[in-house]
Amino acid sequence: MHDMRFTIPRQDMNREAFASSVPDFNRKSEIMKTDTGYKCRITNIISLTEQEKLFQLRIADPQERRIFRFKPGQFLMLELPGYGDVPISISSASSNHEFIELCIRKAGHVTSALFRTEPGMHVAIRGPFGSSFPMDEMTGHHVLLVAGGLGIAPLRAPLFWINEHRDRFRDVHLLYGAKEPSQLLFSYQFEEWKTISHIRLHTIVEHSGAEWKGSTGMITELFRDITIDAKNTYAIVCGPPVMFKFVCSHLDRFGIPMNRMFVSLERRMHCGMGKCCRCMVGSTFTCIDGPVFDYWSVMNLKEAI
Amino acid sequence: MIYKVISKPEFRRFIDALVKANNSFGPRLADRTADGKPVYRFMPVSSVDEIDFDYTATASSAKHFFLPFSEELSRFRFHGSDWEQHSAYEADPVVLIGLRACDISALNILDDVLLNGNYPSPYYLAKRKNTFVIGLDHLPLPDCFCKSLAHHTVSTGFNLFCSDIGEKYYLSINSSKAFTYLKEFQTEDPSYEDNCLLTERRKLISDSFKTEIDVTSLPSILDIEFDSPVWEKWGSKCLNCGTCAMVCPTCYCYSLEERFDIDLKGASRNRKLYSCNLVDFAVVAGGHNFRPKNGDRLKYRYYHQHRGFAENDNQQICVGCNRCGRACLADINPKDVINDLRMEKDSCMICVSQSPGRI
Repeated sequence: MHDMRFTIPRQDMNREAFASSVPDFNRKSEIMKTDTGYKCRITNIISLTEQEKLFQLRIADPQERRIFRFKPGQFLMLELPGYGDVPISISSASSNHEFIELCIRKAGHVTSALFRTEPGMHVAIRGPFGSSFPMDEMTGHHVLLVAGGLGIAPLRAPLFWINEHRDRFRDVHLLYGAKEPSQLLFSYQFEEWKTISHIRLHTIVEHSGAEWKGSTGMITELFRDITIDAKNTYAIVCGPPVMFKFVCSHLDRFGIPMNRMFVSLERRMHCGMGKCCRCMVGSTFTCIDGPVFDYWSVMNLKEAI
Repeated sequence: MIYKVISKPEFRRFIDALVKANNSFGPRLADRTADGKPVYRFMPVSSVDEIDFDYTATASSAKHFFLPFSEELSRFRFHGSDWEQHSAYEADPVVLIGLRACDISALNILDDVLLNGNYPSPYYLAKRKNTFVIGLDHLPLPDCFCKSLAHHTVSTGFNLFCSDIGEKYYLSINSSKAFTYLKEFQTEDPSYEDNCLLTERRKLISDSFKTEIDVTSLPSILDIEFDSPVWEKWGSKCLNCGTCAMVCPTCYCYSLEERFDIDLKGASRNRKLYSCNLVDFAVVAGGHNFRPKNGDRLKYRYYHQHRGFAENDNQQICVGCNRCGRACLADINPKDVINDLRMEKDSCMICVSQSPGRI
């Protein structure tokens, strides 16, 4: 009854088979990104505020550590086994091949669980994914960095880049706004940025206490204090979605060309590879075409900001 | 491609041999609707007599053999503060019988998205490579519009495609596997008459389409009509149930979920198919919904289907099978929505006046 002649033979799919039969699968790192992550040890956790912590990770396998390279502005998918994965922008220097730093706010299911972890535990990362800030293109120009709240996290990678290649850039302004003085992240680095890297740092808070000596108000008020050479300036804007519209229209009024303003968008993501479609904005994906978009593309994308 | 003809009794013997030796699925009558219409489904078959060769269309698509509703992607085992991850790309060989041309086209579109772009999916590839696809042509239902999207014929993506030419089946053999099995059966090279019959059959299919959608420059129309009241009109009808995406042969959006095992010694990472019409599709941590309105979500489904996304080189991914229209509980039909967008109805939506007659 059972005729073996007509049985369809089984084609086994394992990693090696991919590498030999399909050319697309030759790159090991690309296969890894689809489902298996790089295993990382949490080496340090720094509490920045009540809601934000800085996680320092180190990829366990030395070979994988050599594969993992990223550009400023890219993000990775951080996975806590049993809880899920979340897209997190990388906020360490791209030249730091030993450690990865992630600034995370306690906001949802996975990040709440992540806040209960301790140094020595293991997480997985997939990535890096997405587009990056065009640091080479910015060479020889003034740079204006605008951050609101947690928006400083993705800005740290380009900041590190600028600090390392400070001679390639002209004036660098960093405008940083937060709700309260206690919520200004990385305040321990402010002096270093100002004095060593010669970055002109301007901070502003919405609600100030008695001990606050700086300015108070919305971030757009900082534009009154600075003079911009619009023709030779690149701008990077990161922050909550509400901020983009106000800041970018201000910069537009200054005369900075639209294709020289960069924003980093955020959306819900499940894969990071343009397959789950959760992060679609207009007709593109935030994970493969973004998260860094120039303002011109953002204007053309529907419902982007 | 090699072409052969086979007599119908011999064809049944061939299918029977294949079905008996393999894990096979074919169209079968699963149920009847309240008004007595048959509902077909791809179900396990153990002999050729169980297959309804002259079925109309299955309610759900063949996509689920490649993208199951829920699928375990990998497993974690915990030891103390450490863990190990295992994932396997295994699929048992399956024979799928009786896929329509548009169903096979849909698989080709999924191949484009999931295999030919960046980050090819090993899970999908394992299933696709272990599936033997036998296609079958059919006369379209009154509401099919595959022809408008040029998916009423298919020339790749199957192992064997059978066209009904009366007494015989005209076989398009697209794989060595299919050719080897057919060697055991009596087939002939097609004669001049057979070729004529095939051309006639194709013409008949092509002429039988009653529904047509004008898709010329639809991507640009979708961009221009982004803020059109049409979306609100149809969005207010939408129940956010996600049925359209579940029955769609090309919808592949998903959601990832991780679950601890009940003994807490392991965890699994699962993929679940999702729909962009479900309310929490774009909700981010903190509670902000990037697409809060029904109309916004419905619009994005049409955007994806008829405009396409970067992963698919901005090609349309709709194949025109109209399963979503048939399954929709609120009677939202792609044909009506697109015609509304083109303002080709009797009255114009926006000014509620008679639209000018077309010259």
